[in-house]
Amino acid sequence: MSTEVLICGAGRTPFGRSEATGRQLAVGAVNAALADAGIAWPRVRAAFGGSDSAGLADTLVAQLGLTGLPFVNVKNGCATGGSALISAVNAIRSGMADVVLAVGFDKHPRGAFDPRPEDWGLGAEYGSDGLMVTTQFFGMKIQRYMHDHEVTARTLALVAEKAYRNGALTPDAWRRKPVSAEEILGSGMVSDPLTRYMFCSPGAGAAALVLCSPEAARTMDGTPVTLRSAAVRTRRFGSFEVFSPWIPAGELTSVSRDASAAAFEEAGVGPGDVDVCQLQDTESGAEVMHMAECGFCADGEQERLVASGATGIGGTLPVNTDGGCIANGEPIGASGLRQVYEVVQQLRGRAGERQVPGQPRVGFTHVYGAPGVSACTVLSR
Amino acid sequence: MATDPRSPDAGLQGSRCSGCAVAAYPAEDTCPRCGESAHPAALQGTGTLWTWTVQRYAPKSPPYQAPPGDFVPFALGYVELAEGVRVAAVLDLDDLGDIRIGMPLTVTAGTGVPRARPTARGEEGT
Repeated sequence: MSTEVLICGAGRTPFGRSEATGRQLAVGAVNAALADAGIAWPRVRAAFGGSDSAGLADTLVAQLGLTGLPFVNVKNGCATGGSALISAVNAIRSGMADVVLAVGFDKHPRGAFDPRPEDWGLGAEYGSDGLMVTTQFFGMKIQRYMHDHEVTARTLALVAEKAYRNGALTPDAWRRKPVSAEEILGSGMVSDPLTRYMFCSPGAGAAALVLCSPEAARTMDGTPVTLRSAAVRTRRFGSFEVFSPWIPAGELTSVSRDASAAAFEEAGVGPGDVDVCQLQDTESGAEVMHMAECGFCADGEQERLVASGATGIGGTLPVNTDGGCIANGEPIGASGLRQVYEVVQQLRGRAGERQVPGQPRVGFTHVYGAPGVSACTVLSR
Repeated sequence: MATDPRSPDAGLQGSRCSGCAVAAYPAEDTCPRCGESAHPAALQGTGTLWTWTVQRYAPKSPPYQAPPGDFVPFALGYVELAEGVRVAAVLDLDDLGDIRIGMPLTVTAGTGVPRARPTARGEEGT
């Protein structure tokens, strides 16, 4: 068995629109994580981090302190935070360092994400004819899923309603006003069957974690959480991804299914053992499909589970207790570590008004993004 | 993955793997499944709608080149062809309120992205 890795410090900034730069937000999150662990920056022996479009993480040493530590930049789309985390885990397990930082941050302007067909290996006609629009993919994936598994638009609305309800309980969330399912359904169709309030928005924010070896953790005062596993995977043949001119017929493969299965296998637990989880909710449909892809229910069961409140904070499987991407927005580099931050708070019993009752013991996080990448973790107290 | 320029009405110029027989569109030099070399293959355009959505607002320009006049919402989707390929296409339909998964569609290639229209009677299986 490889060395145990403990999370001794976790920090985040408020998410949303911000006057601060992405790098300033990152420094804020790092300092919050250091304070949470009760250590100063010179105790950190290695660091991994990145953003999609807000600068290079290794330049943060100018603000944090020029201690000479190795600091590796990570740029892996929506899996940036997850990949930084896995690099930190491996640094501890290999003996490279005993106290390691993982940081993710970003800052996107309103209406960001302007993909160019040439960057995706596509002909210019996919841009000029109007097919380089990310929301189309999300609409088409859930459209087929609803057809195959009898999931209704009301379920999509209830998922977003829960996100805003949880966001209202989360001091650092962006969207903090409850919105009713009726209002969500009536908010204007963006890409059928998804309406405007079912989507997350590009935004700004940062999150950071301090990871430690068991020996190093014993010298710190805080309440550590055990990182039981962390796995990153890229897509296999037969998956359905954004900006695909074609996909093969037959049953879809899923990178989220692959990454979550790897994380559960490494941790030695299953989805049924999880007390609280975070699933990528770029929009309502993604949360619905990721419940099944990550093994938490059978295809189609979401219709009953969501309506019964099972995914709410007091339910049998609380999902996205901090409001997820829908209520926090999507700073691409930060979301994966925000998820881990939230589960760490839940497992420590420090989640305030949004605390899952019954002292949750096992947590799970999942990010997914283009062009078919997923990172998952299993945590326990 | 390179998209070669296509001449109008040239049909769907795809490719097929010489090893595992997986078909691809647009044509690929190598098979995305097994990495073997692929050869050009014309795809028959008839199939059924696998999934769809409607673009309700004007995409950002550039890269979108809006037709003259006010933006009109358009449908798009994936059409599953007999060759085992689901091809992304703009759907040329009279009524955006009457789109059904499984409806028979015929895909053609032109100067832009593939376009699909309802399959006419007698056209099936050609």
